[in-house]
This record gives sequence, C-alpha cells and structure tokens, in this order.
Amino acid sequence: MVLSGVKKNDKCRIKQVMGGGYARKRLYELGLNSGAELKMVKNDFGPIIVSMSGSKLAIGRGLASHIVVEKE
Amino acid sequence: MQNIALVGNPNSGKTTLFNVLTGSNQHVGNWPGVTVEKKEGSFKHKGALYNVVDLPGTYSLGAYSEDELVARDFIVKGNPDVVINVVDATNLERNLYLTTQLLEMGANVVVALNMMDEAESKQIMISTKDLSEALGVPVISTVAAKKKGIQELIDGTLKAMNQEPRKIVFTYGKEIDEEISKIRDLLKDESLPYPDDWTALKLLEGDQEMLSIVEKMDQVKTHLKSLQADNVDYELDIVDKRYAYVNGITKKCVVKPAEEIVTATDKIDRILTSRLFGLPIFGLIMYLVFQLTFVVGSDILGGYVETAIEIFGEFVEGWLVSVGSPDWLVSFVIEGFVGGVGAVLVFVPLIMVLYFFLAILEDTGYMSRAAYIMDGIMRAVGLHGKTFISMIVGFGCNVPGIMATRTLENKKDRMIAILINPFMSCGARLPIYLVFIAAFFPNNGGLVLFIIYALGIGMALLMGKLFSKTLFKGESSHFIMELPPYRLPSPTSVLRDMWEKVWDFVKRAGTVIFAVVALLWVMSVLPMGVEPYSQESILGRVGQFIAPLFAPAGFGTWQASVSLFAGIAAKEAVVAVLGMVYAGVSEGSELVNAIRDSFTTLSAVSFLVMTLLYTPCAAVIATVKKETNSYKWAAFMAIYPFVLAWSLAVLVYQIGSLMGF
Repeated sequence: MVLSGVKKNDKCRIKQVMGGGYARKRLYELGLNSGAELKMVKNDFGPIIVSMSGSKLAIGRGLASHIVVEKE
Repeated sequence: MQNIALVGNPNSGKTTLFNVLTGSNQHVGNWPGVTVEKKEGSFKHKGALYNVVDLPGTYSLGAYSEDELVARDFIVKGNPDVVINVVDATNLERNLYLTTQLLEMGANVVVALNMMDEAESKQIMISTKDLSEALGVPVISTVAAKKKGIQELIDGTLKAMNQEPRKIVFTYGKEIDEEISKIRDLLKDESLPYPDDWTALKLLEGDQEMLSIVEKMDQVKTHLKSLQADNVDYELDIVDKRYAYVNGITKKCVVKPAEEIVTATDKIDRILTSRLFGLPIFGLIMYLVFQLTFVVGSDILGGYVETAIEIFGEFVEGWLVSVGSPDWLVSFVIEGFVGGVGAVLVFVPLIMVLYFFLAILEDTGYMSRAAYIMDGIMRAVGLHGKTFISMIVGFGCNVPGIMATRTLENKKDRMIAILINPFMSCGARLPIYLVFIAAFFPNNGGLVLFIIYALGIGMALLMGKLFSKTLFKGESSHFIMELPPYRLPSPTSVLRDMWEKVWDFVKRAGTVIFAVVALLWVMSVLPMGVEPYSQESILGRVGQFIAPLFAPAGFGTWQASVSLFAGIAAKEAVVAVLGMVYAGVSEGSELVNAIRDSFTTLSAVSFLVMTLLYTPCAAVIATVKKETNSYKWAAFMAIYPFVLAWSLAVLVYQIGSLMGF
C-alpha cells in the first residue's frame, strides 16, 4: 500500500520511495528512507502529517502516494 | 581572532544559542554575492575575543539551495577553527545526519546536544559519553533557551580549538568506497576548492556544484559518463549509508519509550490543523493581529509619539527663530525634516507591534502550521503551500518576503512567489492606510485594515493562478515540511527580532526617507521665489504632469500624483509627501483634515487600492533583480503591478461613481 492510504494512528514502515528527482532525495535526507518507521498523525485533507522518531512532517498528498509502505 | 561556526537543522535552537553566546555583540549582513542573511557576533572569554558565525539552518549540505551552499562553503573555505553542530536531542537521527556530513568534510566538530529538557520530558535518554565516543567528537548537553550548559559548551569548544580533529574513516560499503578512491585518483592532479575525497563523494551524489567544477576535467567527466551509461547511481545509497551509520550510533546511546508520549503539541495540533477549525482559527489569529496592531500600535502608542514629535518640532522652531535663522532653514528643518521624517516616525509603534506579533507566530511554531493549512488553497491556485510563509513575511517588508522564497526549491514555484509578494502589504504602506482611515473611517479602522490586507492576499492568489496558467506552466513541486513542536516564545528572541526590524525602519527613516524628503523639499521650493509646496514649484509641476493619468481614478490632483511618484523611491515617502504638500507641516490631525478636504470617500478608497497594489519600492525591484538575476523580471515587477493597480483603481472609482457614492 502507499503512505497516503494509511489510516490515522496506524504505524507503517517504508518499503520504497517511487519516482525520482529532488523530492525523493529530500525525503531520504529527512530520514524517510526504506525501513523508516512512521505513524500517521493526520490524513484527511491537504498534506498528510506523519510522526517519525518524535518529529512531525507534513507531506503533500501526491508525494505520499508515491511512498510504498507496509503496515506493522 | 578565532572563528566559530554554528551549524544545525532548522528549529534546532541554533539561533537561540547564537544569541546566548554573543548577547548584543552581533550584526546582520549578507553573504557576499547572495541574499542569504549572515549573522555574526562575538564573545569574550578570559580576555580573548572569539568570532561566531551563525550559518543558515539546513538539513543537509548538498547543493540544492543557497542556504546549503553558503553553509558548506563557509565550513570548507572559511576555515572556522571549530564548528559547533547544534543537535536537537528530541530528534537525534535526523540531526545526526547533518553531523555525519560535517565529519565527512573533516570539520573540527563540537556537538551541542540541545533541548535536553524536552528530550527528558519525552522520556528520551541519551548518553552523551557514549555518543561522544561513537562520533569521535566532544558532545555537550545544553538547553540554550534556559542558558544551561553554555559554560561547558564554551570550555569544550575552546579545548577543541587547540586540538586536531580526529579523522573519522567512513565506509559506504565496498563498492562505493572503491568508486570514491577511483575518482579521487583522477582528481589528484587537479586543483580543487574542496578536499579530493569529499569532492569525489559529492560527485557520486550527483552534486551540481561539483559537476560544474569538474566540467573541464576530461578524465573525470569521461569516468562519470561511463558510470551513467552503466546505470550506476549511488546518490540514494550514500544517504542510506549515512543513516545506517547514524542508526548504529543511536542504538548504542539512546533509550526511547516504547510508545511515543502524546505531547501538548499533538493536542494543540488536533485543533489548529483540523479540517474544520484550522482555517477559521488562522483567519481569526490574523484578524486579531491586525486589530491589536491597530489599537495598541496606533491608537495608544502612536499618539504619544505624535505628541512628542509635535513638541520637538515646536521646540526646534522656537530655537531656530530665536537664534535668527533664515526662513529657508526654518522651513527645511520644520517642514522637510520634522514634518517629512516625523510623519514616518509616527508609525514606529505600529510597526513595532506588528513585528512583535509576527515574531511570536514564528517563534511558537505556528507559521509552519499556517503553511500547512493554506497548502490546499494555495494548491488550488497553482501555488506551493510554502509560498504562504514568504507572503506573511512580506507583511513586514517585501524584501525579506522575496528572500524567503528561497525555501521553494522549484524554479516555477519560486518565480511566482516572487512576483506576487509585493501585493502583500508591507509595513511601510501601513502609514498611508492609517492616515486615510483616520480621515474617512475612524470608527472601523481594524476592519478596513483587514479588508485592505485581504485584498492584497486575494490579488496575490489571483495573479498566482494567472501566472501558473500562463508564464510558468507545469506541476508545482511537492510539499515536504517539518512541523516543529510548539514552544513558548522566548521574550528575548521575540524582542530582539522586533527590535532589529524596527531599528531598520528607523534607520531607513533617517537615511533613505530623509534623502527623499530633502530632495522633495528642494523640488518644492524651487524655482526661487515660488510659494513653497505650491503648484508652481518643480514638485507641483511634476505632479501636474502626471496628474491627468490618475484623473479617471478620482485622484488626479498634483498632490496625490507626486506622492505616488515619491512612493516608488520608498513607500514611507507617500505619507511624508502628503504631509508636506497638504499640511505644510504634517502634524497628524492637520494632515488628516487636509486629506478629508481633498478626497471624497470614494476617491480615498481608489487611492488606497492604488497604493496597496502599484509598483513596489526601489529596494524590492532591486531585490527581484538580485534574486532572479534578470533585468527583465525586475522591469516586469515594476510595470505589471502599476497597470493592475491603475486599472483596479479606475474600476473602483468609475463603478462607485455610477452607483452614486
């Protein structure tokens, strides 16, 4: 499944970031690389918000739909 | 003097630490050639003076933004004796990613493990001793906001200053390591601005700056091309390896609670970013900011300043006359200087209050929520959510507003953000509204002000939409933004922030505005023998020449025209000129009365529309030139808002007249 499909309060682990270019590298540099564990904080409208090792990141919906995750 | 550089992620408390270290011994400038702000300061310790440079906050040291380039350039070429890496203890993994990059560069690093109190309240336990051993550099725990651990940090820094940094040998796995050494060998005989192995590493990461440096080195280029042909791309692998290294370290030194603790931030965010309440609350906050700015800044404090300037003016006039000064000197000092510059200074309290609230919004962490909330609306008009932050900064002054667009990585997003920023009404335009509000809407000041600002935002969004459909087509880049935890704003940092801006405003009043006012005064008394500030003066003639242009908008008087003309030099000059030409001396109430006599309510409204939207001041146009590196865009920035403002002002006046206002 993709990150934008994860429900609020569910945890997941990143398997792969699809697509390329700058956004992918930026995600990697912020620690959103394969294996990273996330918790969905908010997923209703606009960018999603995830929590990752204590910090919160807002990620655009389009980008979040390119992040492949597996549920924990 | 020895140099210390401060590096860290955004929101790591780097600037707070800088303020604690240097106190009031600091100055703000620009890095040469770029518009990135450079903060420098110094502190004394045991009689020796140390220079501290606050590098821009970054997550990484790539070549993606000017901020990153400036930071890494200084670390490599500026030869700092020590690099203090400010690390947010509540988010060690991501912060240490930057640390690994500093170590790769061979910098002499001292880690300030900041916000230890917040980490403790989240039950995150970090062993500084283990962390220091694992990283091979000194680690000192601090709470910059509470001035804890500062002495230890200074001691550790000075101790590190006299030691060679321990060379860390990184491994990125056999394959990448071999590739690095291959490229390094090819670079051996070239003269490079950076260390060989670091350049090699960055080339494998696809770093644009490095690629342009090796552009003429055929051997290296051929090799990189062959890698590309074989589809070898290590860019993300290298990032992964760094994180693997960091995770290895944090496993050894950090103990975290099994279940993340629900913080106050989480609870507040549930409301402030909620679908239902997020936007209305944001609107309410902005409305309150403007109401308070108006009430406290203008109604309460503004009056005192006005009285003070009046008394000062009378005193100076009395003194000048008593010592037998010639009439022209009295006229220049009282009407030109006290009148013109004074008309601007009256608004210092107001600017102060506005900046005070903007600094609080920034300091508490609300600003990034505003960008988040606005992303939906911004995206609907083809803009990036972060554009909104540059727009809010523009409320203070469009120059930093345009600079703030640098956080937009996509060229298209950035160009649009730059071109629409001047519609965000800056602090210098505020005095114009206030004079007109006092004359025509004395009972609804806050509301009218809110409408003016909202019109500016609306126009910015509209033009944004237009530009994204015409001049800059294509997808807007992705939204990725950190939402830092809410923090109580630190009074010192809010006041310092406010003071810096206010002082800037005062300095401008004393220099640029004074020069403009002096020039206008000269224009108003020449040619010799004319009635000063009359239609026959040069000033009057210039105004008369332009005036017909504004007749369809209802303010085709030479006075209004010449004030708009002066406003292109600096927006503050609009009120200064109105003061000179209408009141002779611009003591507040006299000017207000004169304006009430010379404008109708309708022409006042169309004049406000004009001043809100027309050509930005010279400083903004110069900034656009600098940021876009193009005279074409600078010229565009000067012309299109004028056309737009004029058309709208005419529309307002003509329709209003038809409707019988």
